[in-house]
Amino acid sequence: MLYRHTGRVIEPSALLPVREERVLAALVLGLAFALPLWGSDYLFSAILVPVLVLGLAGLGQNLLTGYTGLLSVGSAAFMSVGAFATYNFALRVPGLPLLLSIALGGLSAALVGVLFGLPSLRIKGFYLIVSTLAAQFFVQWVFTRVSWFSNGSSSGVISAPPLAIAGIDLSSPGGRYLLALGIALVLTLIARNLVQSSFGRSLMALRDMDTAAAVIGIPIVRNKLLAFALSSFYLGVAGALWAFVYLGTVEPHGFDLNRSFQVLFVAIIGGLGSITGSFLGAAFVVLLPVALDHLQALLFEHTLSSGLLENVQKIVFGVLILLVLIREPQGLAKLCSRLRTKLRSWPFAD
Amino acid sequence: MTFFLEVLVGGLLSGAMYSLVALGFVLIYKASGVFNFAQGAQVLFAALTFVSVAERGVPMWAAFVLTLAAMVSLAIAIERVVLTRLVNRPPITLFLATLGLSFVIEGVAQSVWGTQVHGLELGIPDRPVDVLGLSLSTFDLTAAGIALALVAGLALVFRYTAFGLALRGVADDPLAALSIGIDLDRVYSIAWSIAGAVGLVAGLLWGARLGVQFSLSLVVLKSLPVLIVGGFTSIAGTIVAGLLVGASEKLAEVYLGALVGGGIESFFPYVLALLCLLVRPHGLFGERRVERI
Repeated sequence: MLYRHTGRVIEPSALLPVREERVLAALVLGLAFALPLWGSDYLFSAILVPVLVLGLAGLGQNLLTGYTGLLSVGSAAFMSVGAFATYNFALRVPGLPLLLSIALGGLSAALVGVLFGLPSLRIKGFYLIVSTLAAQFFVQWVFTRVSWFSNGSSSGVISAPPLAIAGIDLSSPGGRYLLALGIALVLTLIARNLVQSSFGRSLMALRDMDTAAAVIGIPIVRNKLLAFALSSFYLGVAGALWAFVYLGTVEPHGFDLNRSFQVLFVAIIGGLGSITGSFLGAAFVVLLPVALDHLQALLFEHTLSSGLLENVQKIVFGVLILLVLIREPQGLAKLCSRLRTKLRSWPFAD
Repeated sequence: MTFFLEVLVGGLLSGAMYSLVALGFVLIYKASGVFNFAQGAQVLFAALTFVSVAERGVPMWAAFVLTLAAMVSLAIAIERVVLTRLVNRPPITLFLATLGLSFVIEGVAQSVWGTQVHGLELGIPDRPVDVLGLSLSTFDLTAAGIALALVAGLALVFRYTAFGLALRGVADDPLAALSIGIDLDRVYSIAWSIAGAVGLVAGLLWGARLGVQFSLSLVVLKSLPVLIVGGFTSIAGTIVAGLLVGASEKLAEVYLGALVGGGIESFFPYVLALLCLLVRPHGLFGERRVERI
């Protein structure tokens, strides 16, 4: 590729150990932030924003499922807590800055996450599905029934608070993208550092063998609950972004079980236990329907019914999940890192 | 009092149907240690196939046989294509695989047979009858009767036949079962096939009640709490837990739901299951082997 690793001393915990990588990352980041100058609205609102937000949600799922080994199928519930809490903070506290209300939304989701994580202290494995499914159904019921959360709207629909930071309006597609990019970038960097810290390693120890982790003195109860809190915080922020930055308006049913599965699929396809994987998975999940749509336009010229198309999409997702689980349990992230290793030695070795 | 009893019996009758679906889970869990999320999709697949074949003028018994054959081939295909490739993987991976599987089965069923709602008439009369002063539906009574008979029949098969013994052996210790000459693949295939057949019956009974449509596959979400309450491995537990969940869900909806605005049926079984997990993690009848730390 651009450089060789031979003869270099590399600090493994550094974010970007090699100078060429740092230069490349700076270039990519500069480009990403300058994109609103020429990118099209479609690119921002239909592709980049959902990829960033779903990637953040996948990261939340990954922190719990990939790093700590606790399976959750209730991610959408924590996302909806984030969205509804953000809405209420922005509505009921006049003058609260947007970022602060999103952060408070995330914290509320973290609280709810800890609450539903409590059963994980006694049960594990797929028994935990029950607790997270309970969260899924209960939270959805609360937001549909209790109209206080949606400020008296009978159908539970909420719409976005004004999207502005320090007086700068961010409601254009490019502005929304910058907002999502900024938040996702900061949270991803934090997650990356957390995962490499002793706390992150203790989570992985818990995942790999909880008895051994307990024996070497890792506080299991505290760490499991912290993992729930952390994951739910990320999911809550992602939920607020999904509702207000991507969709603009949302109802409780926008966060149903299918959304939870979608987030879970992002984490699986991208790679369990990988941060870049979450975003790769999100890109895949967002782009696949677009690609299928183009493919059918090309092959069948829009003659297929939307119902059939939806089912074909379902089959493709199902088959992909099976393929990933059977062939490459570490997902797209592993495929990418393998490609990178190959490219680095190309063309001198295979 | 009559009203209370009617709600209770209505709950018990739908509880019998939950047991039927949960039975499919128990079978597969006992045989291959997989929590099969695709069970709901199999129920949908079976009901859709049956209805679509019957609507093309095939007599009902032939449609039943054809669907049964389809379910058995599906079971064997799942075993050959997916499960054998995931041997020795952690239970979470297996669960996720069945989640993927449920997407594939639902997608295929609806691509082949379409997404519209089908009515299903099994020829079981549906009129109110008076039993001990309670007004009940003949259809519900018949359906619950069929469900309970099937569950009881299977329980006897597992207790007294050679296959039942083999299945229990595999459930207890797959390696030991293998070393005394039990054909694991065969046991897996048969267990998945029986689960498919149970899914077919469940699909027909539920489909005649609710119409054959996508929501049938959501039955899986109703029987998960049944499974937890009953303990994953016990067939008797499944019956009792199904009745318990069905009855308490209906009673809670009528008496508690009125206080908080209704609709609590959607999550009440999960509350019950959670309570059960916190107090008795192995369920009412399950083996005390839940891993805990």
